[in-house]
Amino acid sequence: MVGPSRIWREAPSRYRFLGNRCTVCEEVYFPPRQICPKCRRASIGRMEPIQLSGNGEVVTYTVVYDPAVGHELLTPYILAIVKLDEGPRVTSQIVGAGLSEIMIGSRVKTVLRKLREEKGGGEDGGSGDGSGVITYGYKFVLDGQS
Amino acid sequence: MRKVCISGVGITKFGELWSRSYRELIVEAGLRALEDAELPGESIECLYMASMGPGMWVSQEHAGPMIAEQTGLTSIPVVRVESGCASGALALHQAFIDVASGKHDIVVVGGVEKMTDVGAKEAGSIINTMLDYEWESIFGATLPALYAMMARKHMHDYGTTREQMAEVAVKNHYNGSLNPIAHFGRKISVDQVLSSPLLADPLRMLDCAPMSDGSAALVLTSKGDVEIIACEMASSTLALHSREDITTMDCVVGSSKKAYKRAGINPSDVDIAELHDYCTIGEIIESEDLGFFEKGKGGKKVAEGVTSLNGSLPINTSGGLKSRGHPIGATGVAQVAEIYDQLIGRAGERQIELLDYGLCCGVGGSGGSAVVSIFRRR
Ligand SMILES: [Zn+2]
Repeated sequence: MVGPSRIWREAPSRYRFLGNRCTVCEEVYFPPRQICPKCRRASIGRMEPIQLSGNGEVVTYTVVYDPAVGHELLTPYILAIVKLDEGPRVTSQIVGAGLSEIMIGSRVKTVLRKLREEKGGGEDGGSGDGSGVITYGYKFVLDGQS
Repeated sequence: MRKVCISGVGITKFGELWSRSYRELIVEAGLRALEDAELPGESIECLYMASMGPGMWVSQEHAGPMIAEQTGLTSIPVVRVESGCASGALALHQAFIDVASGKHDIVVVGGVEKMTDVGAKEAGSIINTMLDYEWESIFGATLPALYAMMARKHMHDYGTTREQMAEVAVKNHYNGSLNPIAHFGRKISVDQVLSSPLLADPLRMLDCAPMSDGSAALVLTSKGDVEIIACEMASSTLALHSREDITTMDCVVGSSKKAYKRAGINPSDVDIAELHDYCTIGEIIESEDLGFFEKGKGGKKVAEGVTSLNGSLPINTSGGLKSRGHPIGATGVAQVAEIYDQLIGRAGERQIELLDYGLCCGVGGSGGSAVVSIFRRR
């Protein structure tokens, strides 16, 4: 279902938290956008890359018991929406924390982890679509952990 | 704009219909709608059909011509419409424009999905295609998980309780027990909801709509028993996380504001509504975003019985997605079929008395799109 180029294309954002900023209205975007949806044509050529800190705060979260395909081995896992300090919000997992340690408002920071592995393809009951593609990207840990 | 009316509806049984095929289901619903409207097939001038993903569910894209061929309507336009779970509602929107413009006088809107031919894991992957693939799905999100995050935030911000959400499922199952075509005909209790398996905390299996097979169809004309006085659409960010307020569906706020304005009514004028309870929290959030209740009060109103069959604003008398079932493309059309039956007084044991205005709200995915329609008995 997912070829390697689709994963590779988004690598700068998924690995290094590279976003961009509209220099017209100062809004920060993650993932980076071609144009600013607020300024539209006025933002053409005026979008600047920006390195995000990867630090933020939990807006809301859940514990997933019925996993997305490719995430079976991690179940149950904590999924959260995190508001980054620079403004944009993202969805990812919080790892290395007990289910009762997470609260709305908890401070978190980013870590690079394996997100998903496309293996098995059903023959061995494993996860994924059998392509062997491994996706890496950001997850979060509670501030003060590593 | 010309008046647009509904002159007949048709619906199949919803559920796990092992012996019924995709094409059989939509043909059956279409035939019933025409019979109901007392119109011959050759009078149909255009066909809109909603299906969220037949290429994935039954390996059949290019479904429009297939439906036209099955019904002997190959000489007329057939238009497939998709907007996630709001596909059926958006098909109505397109058909409404068609009749209102005067291009066609008699138009059929059909919706269908056949979801039980694939295994549970594959079904999960297909549902996930309605999320933001790159920035939600890859990170482990599922549609119930996104609704669970809305639920958690709603509980945190407004004190909505786990029991109040369960009451939505209990109410909808009760209503569905009175609906002969419902996927689930059994009543359930709050305790049963709260002891069903966790899908994504705090939401459990009995908070969420099932995978169903089924189809529904409507006949739109410029004269009929029920007038469509507004049909409006708005969209929002595809990813839940990009919305300013996680507990508000901007697209429901936006489409309903336009719909009330066009209809010339207020939310308090609505007598009955079919909302998109993909998960129980969805019905609560929409009841607020449609202006029925103050933000944060939706759960309390359900628990008080305001939205029950005998309440002042019955919601999901059909059983909703939860109990009537959720064959995705058919859902938005089935909502309208229920409001039509209620407004003309043939909803059987579910019948609500003294109705003037009915409303339908279809929502795509976690709230990336919504269509709000308002109906009046003529
Ligand atoms: Zn801008």
